[in-house]
Amino acid sequence: MRVITAVIAIAFGVLVLLGYFLPQELFPNAAGLQAVLLDWAVILAAAAALIGVFNLFSVHTEKIRRRKKDGIYSALLVMGLIAAFTLGLFLKPQHILMQSILLEGIIIPVEASLMGLLAVSLLYAAVRLLRRRADLMGVAFIATAALIFLGSITLPFGDLPLFGTLIRPWVSQVWALGGARGILIGVGLGALLTGLRVLFGMDRPYGGK
Amino acid sequence: MIPLTVLLLAAFLLGVITLWKRRSPGSLRQIPAFTTLARAVGLSIEDGKRLHISLGHGGLFDGRGGSALAGLALLRNVAERTSVSDMPSVATAGDPTLGLLTQDTLQAGYQAAGVEDAYVHTMGRVTGLTPFSYAAGTMPIPQNENISTNILLGHFGPEAGLLAEASERAATTLIGATEDIAGQSVLFAGAQEPLIGEELFAAGAYLNSDPAHEASLSAQDLFRWLIILGLLAGSAAKFMGVF
Repeated sequence: MRVITAVIAIAFGVLVLLGYFLPQELFPNAAGLQAVLLDWAVILAAAAALIGVFNLFSVHTEKIRRRKKDGIYSALLVMGLIAAFTLGLFLKPQHILMQSILLEGIIIPVEASLMGLLAVSLLYAAVRLLRRRADLMGVAFIATAALIFLGSITLPFGDLPLFGTLIRPWVSQVWALGGARGILIGVGLGALLTGLRVLFGMDRPYGGK
Repeated sequence: MIPLTVLLLAAFLLGVITLWKRRSPGSLRQIPAFTTLARAVGLSIEDGKRLHISLGHGGLFDGRGGSALAGLALLRNVAERTSVSDMPSVATAGDPTLGLLTQDTLQAGYQAAGVEDAYVHTMGRVTGLTPFSYAAGTMPIPQNENISTNILLGHFGPEAGLLAEASERAATTLIGATEDIAGQSVLFAGAQEPLIGEELFAAGAYLNSDPAHEASLSAQDLFRWLIILGLLAGSAAKFMGVF
Protein backbone atom coordinates (compact mmCIF):
# COMPACT_ATOMS: atom_id res chain seq x y z
CA MET A 1 0.00 0.00 0.00
CA ARG A 2 2.74 2.45 0.95
CA VAL A 3 4.56 1.73 -2.33
CA ILE A 4 1.40 2.56 -4.27
CA THR A 5 0.88 5.83 -2.39
CA ALA A 6 4.52 6.78 -2.95
CA VAL A 7 4.32 5.98 -6.69
CA ILE A 8 1.09 8.01 -7.07
CA ALA A 9 2.52 10.99 -5.14
CA ILE A 10 5.83 10.99 -7.04
CA ALA A 11 4.16 10.56 -10.46
CA PHE A 12 1.67 13.39 -9.86
CA GLY A 13 4.41 15.62 -8.43
CA VAL A 14 6.59 15.10 -11.51
CA LEU A 15 3.63 15.74 -13.87
CA VAL A 16 2.79 19.04 -12.12
CA LEU A 17 6.44 20.09 -12.15
CA LEU A 18 6.84 19.27 -15.85
CA GLY A 19 3.83 21.46 -16.60
CA TYR A 20 5.91 24.48 -15.57
CA PHE A 21 8.93 23.69 -17.74
CA LEU A 22 7.88 21.82 -20.88
CA PRO A 23 7.49 24.13 -23.91
CA GLN A 24 3.86 24.65 -24.91
CA GLU A 25 4.61 24.19 -28.64
CA LEU A 26 6.13 20.72 -28.22
CA PHE A 27 3.87 19.48 -25.40
CA PRO A 28 0.50 21.22 -25.84
CA ASN A 29 -1.27 19.00 -23.27
CA ALA A 30 1.24 19.41 -20.44
CA ALA A 31 -0.14 22.71 -19.08
CA GLY A 32 -3.74 21.41 -19.39
CA LEU A 33 -2.88 18.25 -17.46
CA GLN A 34 -1.16 20.33 -14.80
CA ALA A 35 -4.26 22.54 -14.47
CA VAL A 36 -6.51 19.47 -14.10
CA LEU A 37 -4.27 17.98 -11.40
CA LEU A 38 -4.15 21.28 -9.51
CA ASP A 39 -7.97 21.51 -9.72
CA TRP A 40 -8.19 18.05 -8.15
CA ALA A 41 -5.80 19.19 -5.43
CA VAL A 42 -8.01 22.21 -4.71
CA ILE A 43 -11.08 19.95 -4.36
CA LEU A 44 -9.14 17.65 -2.02
CA ALA A 45 -8.02 20.70 0.01
CA ALA A 46 -11.66 21.77 0.39
CA ALA A 47 -12.53 18.29 1.67
CA ALA A 48 -9.52 18.49 4.00
CA ALA A 49 -10.89 21.78 5.39
CA LEU A 50 -14.08 19.99 6.42
CA ILE A 51 -12.06 17.20 8.02
CA GLY A 52 -9.95 19.83 9.80
CA VAL A 53 -13.07 21.45 11.26
CA PHE A 54 -14.35 18.03 12.32
CA ASN A 55 -10.97 17.37 13.99
CA LEU A 56 -11.25 20.68 15.88
CA PHE A 57 -14.78 19.72 16.92
CA SER A 58 -13.81 16.23 18.12
CA VAL A 59 -10.78 17.49 20.12
CA HIS A 60 -12.92 20.01 22.00
CA THR A 61 -15.92 17.70 22.58
CA GLU A 62 -13.44 15.20 24.04
CA LYS A 63 -12.15 17.93 26.39
CA ILE A 64 -15.72 18.68 27.51
CA ARG A 65 -16.53 14.99 27.96
CA ARG A 66 -13.44 14.42 30.12
CA ARG A 67 -14.15 17.61 32.12
CA LYS A 68 -10.65 18.88 31.44
CA LYS A 69 -9.31 22.18 32.73
CA ASP A 70 -10.72 25.18 30.82
CA GLY A 71 -13.45 22.95 29.36
CA ILE A 72 -15.81 25.93 29.44
CA TYR A 73 -13.84 27.53 26.60
CA SER A 74 -14.11 24.31 24.61
CA ALA A 75 -17.88 24.38 25.18
CA LEU A 76 -18.03 27.97 23.93
CA LEU A 77 -15.99 27.02 20.87
CA VAL A 78 -18.25 24.05 20.05
CA MET A 79 -21.41 26.15 20.46
CA GLY A 80 -19.95 28.92 18.28
CA LEU A 81 -18.86 26.40 15.67
CA ILE A 82 -22.30 24.79 15.48
CA ALA A 83 -24.06 28.19 15.37
CA ALA A 84 -21.77 29.59 12.64
CA PHE A 85 -21.94 26.38 10.58
CA THR A 86 -25.74 26.15 10.78
CA LEU A 87 -26.30 29.85 10.04
CA GLY A 88 -23.81 29.72 7.17
CA LEU A 89 -25.51 26.67 5.72
CA PHE A 90 -28.99 28.24 5.70
CA LEU A 91 -28.24 31.95 5.19
CA LYS A 92 -25.06 31.62 3.03
CA PRO A 93 -21.81 33.38 4.06
CA GLN A 94 -22.62 36.59 2.08
CA HIS A 95 -25.84 37.24 4.07
CA ILE A 96 -25.90 40.60 5.89
CA LEU A 97 -26.40 38.89 9.25
CA MET A 98 -23.34 36.70 8.75
CA GLN A 99 -21.23 39.64 7.61
CA SER A 100 -22.31 42.16 10.26
CA ILE A 101 -22.56 39.92 13.33
CA LEU A 102 -20.12 37.05 12.81
CA LEU A 103 -17.45 38.74 10.70
CA GLU A 104 -17.52 42.42 11.65
CA GLY A 105 -18.96 41.92 15.15
CA ILE A 106 -16.92 38.97 16.40
CA ILE A 107 -14.09 37.69 14.17
CA ILE A 108 -12.48 41.02 13.17
CA PRO A 109 -12.62 42.62 16.68
CA VAL A 110 -11.22 39.45 18.29
CA GLU A 111 -8.34 39.28 15.79
CA ALA A 112 -7.71 43.03 16.24
CA SER A 113 -7.52 42.60 20.03
CA LEU A 114 -5.07 39.72 19.58
CA MET A 115 -3.00 42.04 17.38
CA GLY A 116 -3.02 44.62 20.22
CA LEU A 117 -1.97 41.92 22.68
CA LEU A 118 0.83 40.98 20.30
CA ALA A 119 2.29 44.51 20.45
CA VAL A 120 2.59 44.24 24.24
CA SER A 121 4.00 40.69 23.98
CA LEU A 122 6.68 41.86 21.54
CA LEU A 123 7.76 44.69 23.81
CA TYR A 124 8.01 42.25 26.70
CA ALA A 125 9.94 39.78 24.49
CA ALA A 126 12.47 42.51 23.63
CA VAL A 127 13.09 43.15 27.33
CA ARG A 128 13.41 39.40 27.99
CA LEU A 129 15.87 39.06 25.11
CA LEU A 130 18.46 41.21 26.85
CA ARG A 131 18.01 39.21 30.05
CA ARG A 132 18.31 35.87 28.24
CA ARG A 133 20.93 36.58 25.55
CA ALA A 134 22.95 39.69 26.33
CA ASP A 135 25.42 38.87 23.53
CA LEU A 136 26.43 40.84 20.44
CA MET A 137 23.49 39.59 18.35
CA GLY A 138 20.95 40.40 21.05
CA VAL A 139 22.30 43.92 21.54
CA ALA A 140 22.46 44.50 17.75
CA PHE A 141 18.84 43.34 17.43
CA ILE A 142 17.58 45.73 20.12
CA ALA A 143 19.73 48.63 18.86
CA THR A 144 18.44 48.18 15.29
CA ALA A 145 14.82 48.06 16.46
CA ALA A 146 15.39 51.20 18.57
CA LEU A 147 16.94 53.07 15.61
CA ILE A 148 14.01 52.18 13.35
CA PHE A 149 11.52 53.29 16.02
CA LEU A 150 13.35 56.58 16.59
CA GLY A 151 13.26 57.22 12.86
CA SER A 152 9.54 56.45 12.62
CA ILE A 153 7.97 58.22 15.60
CA THR A 154 6.55 61.71 15.52
CA LEU A 155 7.36 63.69 18.66
CA PRO A 156 5.53 66.84 19.90
CA PHE A 157 8.50 68.98 18.84
CA GLY A 158 8.77 67.30 15.41
CA ASP A 159 10.90 64.51 13.96
CA LEU A 160 14.34 63.75 15.34
CA PRO A 161 16.97 65.20 13.01
CA LEU A 162 18.87 62.65 10.86
CA PHE A 163 16.98 59.62 12.24
CA GLY A 164 14.01 59.76 9.83
CA THR A 165 15.88 61.05 6.80
CA LEU A 166 19.26 59.30 6.98
CA ILE A 167 19.71 56.64 9.65
CA ARG A 168 16.39 54.77 9.33
CA PRO A 169 16.51 54.45 5.50
CA TRP A 170 20.19 53.43 5.69
CA VAL A 171 19.54 50.74 8.31
CA SER A 172 16.34 49.39 6.74
CA GLN A 173 17.24 49.67 3.03
CA VAL A 174 20.91 48.65 3.20
CA TRP A 175 21.63 46.48 6.26
CA ALA A 176 18.21 44.97 6.97
CA LEU A 177 17.27 44.47 3.31
CA GLY A 178 20.64 42.89 2.51
CA GLY A 179 20.31 40.53 5.48
CA ALA A 180 16.71 39.67 4.59
CA ARG A 181 17.70 38.84 0.99
CA GLY A 182 20.48 36.57 2.25
CA ILE A 183 18.08 34.78 4.57
CA LEU A 184 15.47 34.43 1.80
CA ILE A 185 18.04 32.95 -0.61
CA GLY A 186 18.94 30.38 2.05
CA VAL A 187 15.27 29.63 2.72
CA GLY A 188 14.60 29.27 -1.02
CA LEU A 189 17.44 26.77 -1.41
CA GLY A 190 16.25 24.84 1.64
CA ALA A 191 12.69 24.70 0.32
CA LEU A 192 13.93 23.56 -3.13
CA LEU A 193 15.97 20.68 -1.71
CA THR A 194 13.22 19.68 0.75
CA GLY A 195 10.69 19.61 -2.11
CA LEU A 196 13.02 17.47 -4.21
CA ARG A 197 13.50 15.02 -1.32
CA VAL A 198 9.72 14.59 -1.12
CA LEU A 199 9.44 14.33 -4.91
CA PHE A 200 12.05 11.56 -5.02
CA GLY A 201 10.36 9.71 -2.16
CA MET A 202 13.33 10.20 0.21
CA ASP A 203 10.96 11.94 2.65
CA ARG A 204 7.40 10.64 2.74
CA PRO A 205 4.99 12.68 4.82
CA TYR A 206 2.17 10.36 3.73
CA GLY A 207 1.10 6.75 3.58
CA GLY A 208 2.47 4.90 6.60
CA LYS A 209 5.98 3.72 7.53
CA MET B 1 15.81 28.12 -18.84
CA ILE B 2 17.60 29.21 -15.64
CA PRO B 3 14.93 27.73 -13.28
CA LEU B 4 15.03 24.38 -15.13
CA THR B 5 18.85 24.35 -14.99
CA VAL B 6 18.82 25.09 -11.24
CA LEU B 7 16.21 22.36 -10.69
CA LEU B 8 18.10 19.73 -12.69
CA LEU B 9 21.41 20.67 -11.06
CA ALA B 10 19.81 20.46 -7.59
CA ALA B 11 18.31 17.05 -8.39
CA PHE B 12 21.65 15.79 -9.75
CA LEU B 13 23.59 17.05 -6.73
CA LEU B 14 21.05 15.60 -4.30
CA GLY B 15 21.29 12.17 -5.94
CA VAL B 16 25.08 12.09 -6.24
CA ILE B 17 25.79 13.46 -2.76
CA THR B 18 23.25 11.07 -1.19
CA LEU B 19 25.14 8.12 -2.68
CA TRP B 20 28.42 9.58 -1.48
CA LYS B 21 27.09 10.25 2.05
CA ARG B 22 25.88 6.64 2.32
CA ARG B 23 29.50 5.53 2.05
CA SER B 24 31.13 8.26 4.12
CA PRO B 25 28.80 10.20 6.45
CA GLY B 26 30.00 13.73 7.17
CA SER B 27 30.04 15.75 10.37
CA LEU B 28 27.76 18.71 11.04
CA ARG B 29 28.57 21.96 12.81
CA GLN B 30 26.97 22.36 16.23
CA ILE B 31 23.67 24.28 16.35
CA PRO B 32 22.58 24.89 19.98
CA ALA B 33 18.85 24.63 19.15
CA PHE B 34 19.25 21.08 17.79
CA THR B 35 21.39 20.05 20.78
CA THR B 36 18.60 21.32 23.06
CA LEU B 37 16.00 19.56 20.92
CA ALA B 38 17.80 16.19 21.04
CA ARG B 39 18.11 16.56 24.83
CA ALA B 40 14.45 17.58 25.16
CA VAL B 41 13.27 14.46 23.34
CA GLY B 42 15.16 12.23 25.78
CA LEU B 43 14.21 14.22 28.87
CA SER B 44 10.51 14.34 28.00
CA ILE B 45 10.31 10.55 28.23
CA GLU B 46 12.18 10.49 31.57
CA ASP B 47 10.22 13.40 33.08
CA GLY B 48 6.84 12.09 31.96
CA LYS B 49 6.13 15.27 30.03
CA ARG B 50 5.01 15.94 26.49
CA LEU B 51 6.59 17.67 23.52
CA HIS B 52 4.42 20.02 21.52
CA ILE B 53 5.31 20.33 17.84
CA SER B 54 3.61 23.23 16.13
CA LEU B 55 3.78 23.14 12.33
CA GLY B 56 2.35 26.60 11.59
CA HIS B 57 -0.29 27.55 9.07
CA GLY B 58 1.60 27.18 5.80
CA GLY B 59 -0.40 25.36 3.14
CA LEU B 60 1.10 22.86 0.73
CA PHE B 61 -0.11 24.66 -2.39
CA ASP B 62 2.13 27.72 -2.21
CA GLY B 63 5.69 28.78 -1.45
CA ARG B 64 5.24 28.16 2.28
CA GLY B 65 4.94 24.41 1.73
CA GLY B 66 8.70 23.86 2.07
CA SER B 67 8.75 24.83 5.73
CA ALA B 68 5.69 22.66 6.39
CA LEU B 69 7.45 19.66 4.83
CA ALA B 70 10.56 20.34 6.96
CA GLY B 71 8.31 20.40 10.05
CA LEU B 72 6.75 17.09 9.05
CA ALA B 73 10.20 15.49 8.67
CA LEU B 74 11.00 16.55 12.24
CA LEU B 75 7.59 15.38 13.50
CA ARG B 76 8.11 11.93 11.98
CA ASN B 77 11.36 11.55 13.91
CA VAL B 78 10.03 12.91 17.21
CA ALA B 79 6.84 10.80 16.97
CA GLU B 80 8.82 7.60 16.56
CA ARG B 81 11.13 8.39 19.46
CA THR B 82 8.45 9.54 21.93
CA SER B 83 5.70 7.05 20.98
CA VAL B 84 6.66 4.71 23.83
CA SER B 85 6.29 7.49 26.40
CA ASP B 86 3.35 7.65 28.83
CA MET B 87 2.86 11.22 27.67
CA PRO B 88 3.08 11.14 23.88
CA SER B 89 3.84 14.23 21.81
CA VAL B 90 1.09 16.53 20.56
CA ALA B 91 1.22 18.20 17.13
CA THR B 92 -0.81 21.18 15.94
CA ALA B 93 -1.37 22.67 12.48
CA GLY B 94 -3.20 25.73 11.20
CA ASP B 95 -3.99 24.42 7.74
CA PRO B 96 -6.38 21.54 7.02
CA THR B 97 -4.19 19.71 4.48
CA LEU B 98 -1.22 20.07 6.80
CA GLY B 99 -3.44 18.80 9.62
CA LEU B 100 -4.17 15.62 7.67
CA LEU B 101 -0.48 15.07 6.96
CA THR B 102 0.29 15.73 10.64
CA GLN B 103 -1.98 12.86 11.65
CA ASP B 104 -0.59 10.60 8.94
CA THR B 105 3.00 11.40 9.94
CA LEU B 106 2.31 10.78 13.63
CA GLN B 107 0.68 7.47 12.77
CA ALA B 108 3.67 6.53 10.60
CA GLY B 109 6.00 7.25 13.53
CA TYR B 110 3.94 5.00 15.78
CA GLN B 111 3.89 2.25 13.15
CA ALA B 112 7.66 2.45 12.76
CA ALA B 113 8.08 2.14 16.53
CA GLY B 114 5.77 -0.90 16.53
CA VAL B 115 3.16 0.68 18.81
CA GLU B 116 0.47 1.59 16.29
CA ASP B 117 -2.28 0.75 18.80
CA ALA B 118 -1.09 3.57 21.06
CA TYR B 119 -1.82 6.17 18.37
CA VAL B 120 -4.85 8.38 19.07
CA HIS B 121 -6.08 10.66 16.30
CA THR B 122 -6.44 13.68 18.63
CA MET B 123 -2.64 13.82 19.04
CA GLY B 124 -2.58 15.64 15.69
CA ARG B 125 -4.85 18.66 15.76
CA VAL B 126 -6.03 21.51 13.59
CA THR B 127 -6.37 24.36 16.10
CA GLY B 128 -7.48 27.20 13.82
CA LEU B 129 -7.67 28.14 10.16
CA THR B 130 -6.40 31.74 10.21
CA PRO B 131 -3.03 32.89 11.67
CA PHE B 132 -4.51 34.45 14.80
CA SER B 133 -7.19 31.80 15.38
CA TYR B 134 -4.43 29.20 15.06
CA ALA B 135 -2.34 31.07 17.65
CA ALA B 136 -5.36 31.46 19.95
CA GLY B 137 -6.20 27.75 19.65
CA THR B 138 -2.58 26.70 20.30
CA MET B 139 -1.80 29.06 23.21
CA PRO B 140 -3.54 26.98 25.95
CA ILE B 141 -1.63 23.79 25.06
CA PRO B 142 1.69 24.58 26.86
CA GLN B 143 -0.23 25.49 30.02
CA ASN B 144 -2.81 22.70 30.08
CA GLU B 145 -1.17 19.61 28.62
CA ASN B 146 1.95 19.05 30.73
CA ILE B 147 4.36 20.24 28.05
CA SER B 148 8.13 20.41 28.64
CA THR B 149 9.26 21.80 25.25
CA ASN B 150 7.45 23.64 22.47
CA ILE B 151 8.88 23.25 19.00
CA LEU B 152 7.59 25.76 16.44
CA LEU B 153 8.76 24.63 13.01
CA GLY B 154 6.85 25.77 9.94
CA HIS B 155 5.28 28.95 8.63
CA PHE B 156 4.63 31.55 11.36
CA GLY B 157 4.17 35.29 11.00
CA PRO B 158 4.25 37.85 13.82
CA GLU B 159 1.57 35.83 15.69
CA ALA B 160 4.46 33.59 16.78
CA GLY B 161 4.94 36.26 19.50
CA LEU B 162 1.70 35.09 21.16
CA LEU B 163 2.88 31.47 21.13
CA ALA B 164 6.25 32.53 22.56
CA GLU B 165 4.47 34.42 25.32
CA ALA B 166 2.26 31.40 26.13
CA SER B 167 5.35 29.18 26.27
CA GLU B 168 7.12 31.62 28.60
CA ARG B 169 4.10 31.75 30.94
CA ALA B 170 4.04 27.95 31.14
CA ALA B 171 7.80 27.93 31.89
CA THR B 172 8.52 25.62 28.95
CA THR B 173 11.49 25.68 26.57
CA LEU B 174 10.75 27.14 23.16
CA ILE B 175 12.62 26.19 19.98
CA GLY B 176 11.41 28.26 17.04
CA ALA B 177 12.03 28.35 13.30
CA THR B 178 10.11 29.82 10.40
CA GLU B 179 10.86 30.90 6.83
CA ASP B 180 8.93 34.16 7.25
CA ILE B 181 11.19 37.17 7.89
CA ALA B 182 8.80 38.90 10.34
CA GLY B 183 8.21 35.60 12.16
CA GLN B 184 11.96 35.00 12.42
CA SER B 185 12.58 38.36 14.07
CA VAL B 186 9.75 37.71 16.54
CA LEU B 187 11.09 34.25 17.35
CA PHE B 188 14.64 35.59 17.69
CA ALA B 189 13.37 37.79 20.50
CA GLY B 190 10.87 35.34 22.00
CA ALA B 191 12.42 31.87 21.74
CA GLN B 192 15.14 30.45 23.99
CA GLU B 193 16.60 28.65 20.98
CA PRO B 194 15.81 30.36 17.66
CA LEU B 195 16.88 28.95 14.31
CA ILE B 196 17.79 31.46 11.61
CA GLY B 197 17.02 31.18 7.89
CA GLU B 198 17.80 27.85 6.27
CA GLU B 199 18.62 26.18 9.62
CA LEU B 200 14.90 25.38 9.61
CA PHE B 201 15.53 22.81 6.88
CA ALA B 202 18.42 21.13 8.73
CA ALA B 203 16.30 19.52 11.48
CA GLY B 204 16.05 16.15 9.70
CA ALA B 205 19.83 15.92 9.19
CA TYR B 206 20.59 16.75 12.83
CA LEU B 207 18.05 14.38 14.38
CA ASN B 208 18.13 11.58 11.84
CA SER B 209 21.69 11.39 10.45
CA ASP B 210 20.02 10.36 7.22
CA PRO B 211 22.24 10.51 4.06
CA ALA B 212 19.50 12.24 2.01
CA HIS B 213 19.10 14.99 4.63
CA GLU B 214 22.86 15.47 4.93
CA ALA B 215 23.13 15.53 1.13
CA SER B 216 20.54 18.27 0.85
CA LEU B 217 22.58 20.38 3.32
CA SER B 218 25.74 19.85 1.25
CA ALA B 219 23.86 20.72 -1.95
CA GLN B 220 22.55 23.91 -0.31
CA ASP B 221 26.13 24.84 0.65
CA LEU B 222 27.33 24.28 -2.93
CA PHE B 223 24.52 26.45 -4.29
CA ARG B 224 25.32 29.13 -1.74
CA TRP B 225 28.93 29.23 -2.91
CA LEU B 226 27.78 29.46 -6.53
CA ILE B 227 25.48 32.39 -5.64
CA ILE B 228 28.29 34.14 -3.71
CA LEU B 229 30.64 33.73 -6.70
CA GLY B 230 27.88 34.97 -9.04
CA LEU B 231 27.26 38.03 -6.86
CA LEU B 232 30.98 38.85 -6.66
CA ALA B 233 31.46 38.33 -10.41
CA GLY B 234 28.40 40.50 -11.15
CA SER B 235 29.64 43.26 -8.85
CA ALA B 236 33.12 43.15 -10.42
CA ALA B 237 31.62 43.24 -13.93
CA LYS B 238 29.42 46.21 -13.00
CA PHE B 239 32.42 47.96 -11.42
CA MET B 240 34.46 47.47 -14.59
CA GLY B 241 31.59 48.77 -16.72
CA VAL B 242 30.85 45.49 -18.53
CA PHE B 243 27.09 46.20 -18.07
